[in-house]
Amino acid sequence: MDYHYNFGLVWRHFDKLSYGMLLSLELALLCFGVGIIIGLLLALLHVSGGRLTRTLVAAYVETIRNVPLILLVYLVFYGLPTIINVHYNAVASFVLTLSLYAGAYLVETFRAGLAAVSRGVIEAGMAIGLTPLQRLVYVRLPTMFRIILPSLSNTFISLFKDTSIASVIAVPELTYGANWIGTNTFRTIEVYTIITPMYLATGYAIVLLLRQLERTFAVRRT
Amino acid sequence: MPTSETEASNVMTLRPKGGPAPVVRIRELKKSYGSLEVLKGVNLDVNKGEVVTIIGPSGSGKTTLLRCVNLLERYDAGSVQVDGIEIGYFESEAGLRKPRSERQVSKLRAETAMVFQAFYLFPHLTAIENVMLGLRRVRGLSKQRAREDAEHWLVKVGLSDKLKSLPAELSGGQQQRVGIARAVAMGPKVLLLDEITSALDPELVGEVLDVVRSLAEEGMTMLMVTHEMTFAREASDRIVFMDEGKIGAEGNPDEVLVSTQNERLRSFLRRAGGGRA
Amino acid sequence: MSTAIYSIPFLLSGLAVTLTMALLVVVLSLLLGGTLGMAVTYGPRPLRWTVRLFSDVVRGIPILVLIFFVFYGLPATGINLPNFAAATVALVVYKTAQTVEYVRGAVQSIHDGQTEAAKSIGLTFEQRMAYVILPQAIRRFLPPWINGVADAVKGTALVSLLGVTDLMHAVQQVVGRTYDPMPLYVLGAAIYFTINYGLSSLSRHVEGRYAYIRD
Repeated sequence: MDYHYNFGLVWRHFDKLSYGMLLSLELALLCFGVGIIIGLLLALLHVSGGRLTRTLVAAYVETIRNVPLILLVYLVFYGLPTIINVHYNAVASFVLTLSLYAGAYLVETFRAGLAAVSRGVIEAGMAIGLTPLQRLVYVRLPTMFRIILPSLSNTFISLFKDTSIASVIAVPELTYGANWIGTNTFRTIEVYTIITPMYLATGYAIVLLLRQLERTFAVRRT
Repeated sequence: MPTSETEASNVMTLRPKGGPAPVVRIRELKKSYGSLEVLKGVNLDVNKGEVVTIIGPSGSGKTTLLRCVNLLERYDAGSVQVDGIEIGYFESEAGLRKPRSERQVSKLRAETAMVFQAFYLFPHLTAIENVMLGLRRVRGLSKQRAREDAEHWLVKVGLSDKLKSLPAELSGGQQQRVGIARAVAMGPKVLLLDEITSALDPELVGEVLDVVRSLAEEGMTMLMVTHEMTFAREASDRIVFMDEGKIGAEGNPDEVLVSTQNERLRSFLRRAGGGRA
Repeated sequence: MSTAIYSIPFLLSGLAVTLTMALLVVVLSLLLGGTLGMAVTYGPRPLRWTVRLFSDVVRGIPILVLIFFVFYGLPATGINLPNFAAATVALVVYKTAQTVEYVRGAVQSIHDGQTEAAKSIGLTFEQRMAYVILPQAIRRFLPPWINGVADAVKGTALVSLLGVTDLMHAVQQVVGRTYDPMPLYVLGAAIYFTINYGLSSLSRHVEGRYAYIRD
């Protein structure tokens, strides 16, 4: 069977893709940032808290990680407004969802990273008289960040790919733009052929960027 | 499998024990890694029942030499014969020298069993299973027979109570003794020992060297790389000093370690000290 | 709330579709991914590069994009499959690429010294694989792979967008009729949770069982 390729129709609407790509990146960055805050706070709580705190944090993490993202997206966007008095648009709802999602995955990253800070380094901090809070801020957290850098970059790339789920609630990111072009020009194959290298190239650029960061900051475990 | 040339050897071998043909016969061995030539034409014989120890500074090629004898490294030129068989190459019908395939090489390797510095025991198998694996799969022994042989060797190295232990449950010295048992149980023509005590805590070195010593006394042919000068002196029949890819000096322990006139060897010995390097 | 309870049988039929698809995807991707994973570690250069390329591309795009691509792309190559089959193919492609990486990671993490020790007692390549390398690699492969199975179950939720009547689709349908989303979403989430949490507990258990392999 012959399929006549027509990329011209796609290029005409390329602005949808370029805009979508930027939005995807923005969403990824924003959710990553909020996710880090959530994840770090919860990791610290988990480490320093009692049984109840630990169970609550674990419950949050396990729930988010074991439920499909698309279900979470629907739940927050369609479901929550029916039981609590919130109004938000699709973008805000998705940011909330993906941030909570990122936070859940990052809790584990931070927890493991914190545990990987070698005892020797912490004791050195004690030996010069730092208080526990000072040790946390000046010794443990900075060391932890260097250790988990590779893991963080992987999470960010995953998040960037997960922004495509936003398309199901009509957030105009890259995948939504592609689907729009597909539906309106019937050139689905062409448009997917175009966004594939777009995702790949962006992913690769991020990897290179983060590899550079790793080279500057990362530390091997001692 | 045809052997290659039969030229008369003109390498001096001092006080050869055993029969006329050496167990290991190395001629003009050359090996390079890319542009770096590591072995520049090595000639060495190891006769039956002999213990030959190779010493030398790091980078001199001594480990590479050892690894060529069991073909963990392929050599580029020259000849390595084990029990009369050229291990790395064979002669094609057209009379050309061709490298042996990995399959042909596999079987030959059992004759030149090696004990490693980092032990490399199979962590998912118990001590006795580690020793049995080669006996069953390479020598083709029955499970019962392999178990008996393996047990015999483990008892010999002093681990009769550790047969069912996993490597993670054993000390370094014990693990290395399992490594020795695993190699010796194969019944090799020559035992290759690659710095087997370098990774051990000092107090564990003795138990391993005791095993090696008793194997030597029973007539095991051995080619050994070590830093343990004292042990080299008392256990070796011959010591070979390797320097920058060639053999710099060769002789019995007294000649090499005590009364040598070779300048480079003397400065190496000074740096290495009398005991551990 | 009562509507939610009444809809349970309907949801369960959707769950059956979800589980069937997940099972198919896991089995097929394991076979394909296992073979390709070995190919990418030990095969000839051109094969290694091709598989590497395939794996990197597939894992570098969002799973949703891959699903759409395969779903709309297959008919263009002349292959017309029913929705369920097309969606399964898409997920198999995705999971295979991941499995290749799991296999590659597991086998390559086995220290070279193990291969050398096995070589030095005379074992052939096949024997080394069977008795030394693969037994150790399997223990490193299983935990991430079992987690991957949970991802496969979650991934099936996306096929609801292709009109496949899985659990997610069933949830959406009931919501569409009752206009009461929350109980349904919560119920759906609970079902997914039970399955996946069970799987990750299994993964942790497996990891613990084989922790004696230290190196």
